[in-house]
Amino acid sequence: MTFVPWSDEAAAAVLAQTCDKPGPVLISLQGLQEIFGFVPPRAVELVAKACNVSRADVHGVLTFYHDLRTSAPPPTTLHICVAEACQAVGSRELVREAEKIFGIGMDQSNEVVELKSVYCFGNCALGPSAMVNGELVGRATAQGLKYVSEMGMPL
Amino acid sequence: MTTTIYVPKDSAARSVGADLVAFAIEAESVKRGINISIVRNGSRGALWLEPLVEVVTPEGRVAYGPVSPADVESLFDSAFHLGSQHPLLQGRTDDIEWLSRQDRVTFARVGVVDPLSISDYQAHGGLVGLHRALSMKPEEIVTEVTQSGLRGRGGAGFPAGIKWRTVMATASDYKYICCNADEGDSGTFADRMLMEGDPFTLLEGMTIAAIAVGATEGVVYIRSEYPSAYETVNRAIEIARDFGWLGKNVLGSGIEFNIRTRIGGGSYVCGEETAMLESIEGKRGVVRSKPPLPAIHGLFGKPTVINNVLTLATVPAILGLNGAQTYMKKGVGRSLGTQVFQLAGNIARGGIVETAFGITLDGLVNDYGAGTLSGRPVRAVQIGGPLGAYLPVTSMAVSMDYESLLAAGGMLGHGGVVVFDESVDMAEQAKFAMEFCAIESCGKCTPCRLGSTRGAETIEKIMLGQNVAGNKKLLLDLCEVMTDGSLCAMGGLTPLPVRSAMLHFAEDFDQRARGQQ
Repeated sequence: MTFVPWSDEAAAAVLAQTCDKPGPVLISLQGLQEIFGFVPPRAVELVAKACNVSRADVHGVLTFYHDLRTSAPPPTTLHICVAEACQAVGSRELVREAEKIFGIGMDQSNEVVELKSVYCFGNCALGPSAMVNGELVGRATAQGLKYVSEMGMPL
Repeated sequence: MTTTIYVPKDSAARSVGADLVAFAIEAESVKRGINISIVRNGSRGALWLEPLVEVVTPEGRVAYGPVSPADVESLFDSAFHLGSQHPLLQGRTDDIEWLSRQDRVTFARVGVVDPLSISDYQAHGGLVGLHRALSMKPEEIVTEVTQSGLRGRGGAGFPAGIKWRTVMATASDYKYICCNADEGDSGTFADRMLMEGDPFTLLEGMTIAAIAVGATEGVVYIRSEYPSAYETVNRAIEIARDFGWLGKNVLGSGIEFNIRTRIGGGSYVCGEETAMLESIEGKRGVVRSKPPLPAIHGLFGKPTVINNVLTLATVPAILGLNGAQTYMKKGVGRSLGTQVFQLAGNIARGGIVETAFGITLDGLVNDYGAGTLSGRPVRAVQIGGPLGAYLPVTSMAVSMDYESLLAAGGMLGHGGVVVFDESVDMAEQAKFAMEFCAIESCGKCTPCRLGSTRGAETIEKIMLGQNVAGNKKLLLDLCEVMTDGSLCAMGGLTPLPVRSAMLHFAEDFDQRARGQQ
C-alpha cells in the first residue's frame, strides 16, 4: 500500500469530497486515512472546520473506531483473527508463533511490520484467518504469513 | 467451442488460493490452446471443498475440489474441461449430497450465478419479487411479509412485517431502509457470502421494503473487515442504477429509491442497530436509548427500517412466485422458513447450511459438519456468536430454532455454530467473552463498560485458584447486574457465554484451582 505524504492541500481536496455528505465526520476521517495511511493530530482541526463540528466531536470519533490510526503504518500490516471460531482451530498458538517470527508482540509495531488483533474476518470455516496488507489468508500458519508478507500473495 | 469454468471469487475461496487457481487455469488453457471462459462466481458454501472449480458440461455443472494451483496441470491432462474423471472430481455439483440435501431459499443463487450479471440474475428468478411488489399495494406487501413469518435474521428474531408496518404507518416526508451488514459475530459469514455472491438479491429486498414503507433512500452499512463485499455491493448498485432499477424511477414505476453504502470503522458494537445509526450519521458508535424506536425516529431522526442482510435478501423469494404460503410451511413452531446456518470453528466440513428451522444441533455438527477438523471429540459448541451460549455435547439433540434454543439456555443469534474440540479451556473462553466486551463496549452504560473489565479480572482470579467459591459467586452476581442493567445486548448478553460455561463445564473452573495449587 502506498500513501501520499501529508499536506493541508491534499487533505482539503479529500474533505471537499466528503464534508457536504450526510453525517460527514467519520467518512472524512476514513477518506483522509485512505489517502495518507493515517490521520495526524493536525487533521482534527481541518475536519472540524470542514464539517462544521467541534474539535471535540472529531477527536471523539477518531478515538472511538479501532480502524482509525493517528500514526503512519509500517509497510506491512498483519491482522490476525483472535475471535472464537479461530481460537477453536489454534489462533492462540498462531499468535504466539507470529510474535516469535516477527519479533514483536500483538498490537505492537516496528519499522517493518505491525501485528494487530482483529475480531472476525468472516472466514470462520477456514480458520485460523489473517489478513496481510489487505489479502485474506485462510488456514494460516506463522510461516505462511511470513511468506505472504514477503511475497504479497497467499500460497 | 468455449467451455465455461467457474472459479469462486468469494473471500473464503480466495483465502485458500482461488485467485491463483483461476490464474493457473487461464495460463494452462492458453498454453494448450483450449478455449475457456472463466466466470468468478460466489461460493456454493461447501467451504471445505474450496477452491471448488466447476465446469459446464452438457450434463450440467461438474465440480472439482479442493483445487490447488499445483493440481491444474493434471486437471487439464485428464481433460477436466470436458468433465472427465480426476481424483478431485466431486461429480455434478447439484448431486453433491452436502448441497443437495439443503433447502436453499435465501442462498438459492449464491455460487450459482455471476454475482454482477443482471441477465444471469433474471435468468435465475431475480426481479420477479420486485415486479410483483410493484403491482401490489404497500399494505399487501407488508401483510404478505408478516404472513410469511419472516423474523429478523440478525439475531433478535423480531417479526420483519411488524417492523415494516410501524414504519409504513409513521407519516414522514423521508424514510430510510438501513441494511445492517456489520456482521461482527465470530462464526458467522453468511451476510458476507451473500453480498459477494448474489448482491442483487439484497438490493431487490431493500427495494421491496422501500416500496412497502414508502422510503426514498437505502443505506447498506458494511463492516470494514469485508472489503470485497463492500466493493461488490457498490458495483451492483452502479449496475442497478444503469439498468433503471435504482434511481428516480424504479423500473419505470415512477417510484424513487436510491441505495448507498457506508463502511464501518472496525467497531463490533456498531452492529447494534442504534449504534449503527450513530455511525452512519458519522458519530461515535454509541448505543441510543429506546424508545424512541428506530422505526419511528431512526436515521437522521426519520422513520427507518433496519434489517439484517439475510432478512432483506429473503424478501424477494417470499414475494416471488412461491410466495409467503410456501415459505411459512417450512420450519417449526414460531420459527418459520429457512435459516442460513454457518458451520465454523473446529469443524471438518464447514460452510453454509441453509435448511428449515428444526434441524438438530447434531444434524448440523455431525451429519453436515462431520465432526471436528482435528478429529478429536467435540466438547463445546457456541451458537449465535460471542454473545451466545456454550452448549455441551449433551445438548446435541436440541432443535435449532428461536424458541428451543432459548429454552435450552442459549440463543440462535445470527445462526453461527462454532465447534470446539476437547482441548478447549472453558474458563479461558469465559474470560475472553468478558475481555471482548471490555474492548468493544461503547461505554455508555456502566454495567457493560465496567462490569466487563471486573468480570475478566474475576475469572482470572478463579483461574489462578484465588478464593474460587467466593469469586464464582461474585461473578454470577456481576453477570446478573450486566444482564439486567445493560442498555443493549452487548453488555446484556455477554453473561450468556460466561454463565453457560460455568454451568456446563464447571470442572474447568474448579480443576484449575486444584491443578495449580
